[in-house]
Amino acid sequence: MHMLVCGGTGCRASASDAIVETLNSELAAKGMENEVQVIMTGCFGFCEKGPIVKILPDNTFYTQVTPADSAEIVAEHIVKGRKVNRLLYTDPENKEHISDSKHMGFYKKQLRIALRNCGVINPENVEEYIARDGYQAIGKVFEMGAQATIEQMKKSGLRGRGGGGFPTGLKWEIASKNHADQKYVVCNADEGDPGAFMDRSILEGDPHSVIEAMTINGFCIGATKGLVYIRAEYPLAIKRLQIAIDQAREYGLLGKDILGSGFDFDIELRYGAGAFVCGEETALIHSMEGERGEPTVKPPFPAESGYLGKPTNVNNVETFANIPVIILKGAEWFSAIGSEKSKGTKVFALAGKINNVGLIEVPMGTTLREVIYEIGGGIKNGKKFKAVQTGGPSGGCLTEKHLDTPIDYDNLLAVGSMMGSGGMIVMDEDDCMVSVAKFYLEFTVEESCGKCSPCRIGNKRLHELLERITKGEGTMEDLDRLRNLSHVIKDSSLCGLGQTSPNPVLSTLDNFYDEYVAHVTERKCPAGQCKSLMQYVIDQEACVGCTACARNCPVNAIAGDRKKPHVIDTSICIKCGACIEKCKFNAISIQ
Amino acid sequence: MAKVKSLADLKKMKEQLQSKVDLREKGEDPESRVQIKVAMATCGIASGAKTVMDYFLEELDKRSIDAVITQTGCMGYCYAEPTIEVKLPGQEPVVIGYVDVKKADEIIEKYIKNGELVDGIIPMNYNTIDNQ
Repeated sequence: MHMLVCGGTGCRASASDAIVETLNSELAAKGMENEVQVIMTGCFGFCEKGPIVKILPDNTFYTQVTPADSAEIVAEHIVKGRKVNRLLYTDPENKEHISDSKHMGFYKKQLRIALRNCGVINPENVEEYIARDGYQAIGKVFEMGAQATIEQMKKSGLRGRGGGGFPTGLKWEIASKNHADQKYVVCNADEGDPGAFMDRSILEGDPHSVIEAMTINGFCIGATKGLVYIRAEYPLAIKRLQIAIDQAREYGLLGKDILGSGFDFDIELRYGAGAFVCGEETALIHSMEGERGEPTVKPPFPAESGYLGKPTNVNNVETFANIPVIILKGAEWFSAIGSEKSKGTKVFALAGKINNVGLIEVPMGTTLREVIYEIGGGIKNGKKFKAVQTGGPSGGCLTEKHLDTPIDYDNLLAVGSMMGSGGMIVMDEDDCMVSVAKFYLEFTVEESCGKCSPCRIGNKRLHELLERITKGEGTMEDLDRLRNLSHVIKDSSLCGLGQTSPNPVLSTLDNFYDEYVAHVTERKCPAGQCKSLMQYVIDQEACVGCTACARNCPVNAIAGDRKKPHVIDTSICIKCGACIEKCKFNAISIQ
Repeated sequence: MAKVKSLADLKKMKEQLQSKVDLREKGEDPESRVQIKVAMATCGIASGAKTVMDYFLEELDKRSIDAVITQTGCMGYCYAEPTIEVKLPGQEPVVIGYVDVKKADEIIEKYIKNGELVDGIIPMNYNTIDNQ
């Protein structure tokens, strides 16, 4: 018998270490320590009801356990075999106790559709993919026909997962109606948002699902050639994708006359050099053609005139990964998951000041609070939540008041951010929002292709304004200028990069205006991040004159006699923080 | 390898592969073996999954334990890399995080040899399309 005690950070904060101890001592008192083993586990993803204790093999799931409950659990459950009802999870709807966690699937907030095979199959073995219904969707599509498949895709409500959220079925329909001697299917694997790694993980863990979906796409729009535009910085994804393509060819699942249908399709890789703007579909296509990776005005859309001037359908990796399941399980199954206008699930790369950093997949409509506090296990080191950044450099920062927003394309846009490709960066009270906005601006300034002036020059100016503010040289007029310039850049830029690049500035201005004002009027950074605005000060009362700070100061900015209070010369101080670390009397503070 | 010529072919192949996997998993096969999957995406490899995988390959062989060790993609628990999944014949698979060589030794000695669970198990916290 095993007792699993949750050792996630949230449950540890509620004394799960002590629970392990008391369970062990209770077991020892009953002489059962050799029969029952107490184990500390990782996070159950149910932090709201923690600490959790699960008993195996009967799958009993106790919630909100305290060390004082250990005696009762051991005496009743382990010795007498009777469950402790008051600790069982109570169904909020019918108030019934649920004893067997097998019936508690609902507590699991995640549903893996796009990630269904990631971490399950060996990505370098096509047989493992076939054993999990792989390539059957192609067979089904050949039977249904192209038109019916496009109808299914439209009915499913799948929208582009690269960030734009354009309905996939509609995109396919438009491409299918344009006639040409050659058409192309392109997979956009140019994942560029800082902190995002969903597409890389899918290609590394389940490359065949993308190959299968691209073939389906080819059949539907009448394309016989597929191209994957993948960044050269993803060597493992490239290697696994190439192995998968070779194996699919070997098994006749790519190439001539696939599954006896008479349909030919093959896929080649194209490497990107890592320019962010090449994630934009027209720039991506130009890059593949050997041209400069710069966007062009739409229309014409790639569906009319794309790669080499031929009709081309571009979809993102995660969008493709959903498709084989939609075909096999049906549009109704898929459209039953998610919110009204956003169907299915979304993969997020959860990062930043959060306990369970990782790759998650949740149904659309899940709230930010559920993602951050349940699946993510809350904020690191018990700090206070400040903001969550979604949508990468094109997105915005959302705050406490947005935590109960159900995540979908439209809701995130409405609150001033966007879905983007799925990066989700959590920030705590120590993060300065002006610096965060500056960080994203640095990125866009670097990545702007320079073709249109609002993006090339405007973002540069925005960055300079932010730089001034973080140095304590900003004025209130600068804050208005930031906002005006942001709107001009949004309205007049050529492509998505420029049209969205001011979003981090606008959303932090909207949600953290006070913080901007503090930088400008008080010359202070409330989060204590902007070095130019910080001053290290020694409390003359608390300092005992031990000289530890003075000895460790790399620039000799601290003076003072032995056993007398010391003083920091702020004109020399480089604000490295070495003195604070060495002070044993908490006498040094940042002001 | 003969090419898959039709959907019927593919389905037959799936059945065969599926039953091969089932036999292995349900342990009805007298040859049923321990299965270990090592999460080998970029995140896992960067945290040392390759060393752990090599260790299992070498040590299980040395200690004469019949096991199948394969690589797989990202399981999603990037905070706890390297992660592995261990499946003993006839039992539910168990995912374990923060596996280094020392932990791997403990897993072999305690869990694989004696069926005693070890600290650091990561409970499955998601639904799959199969149980949906």
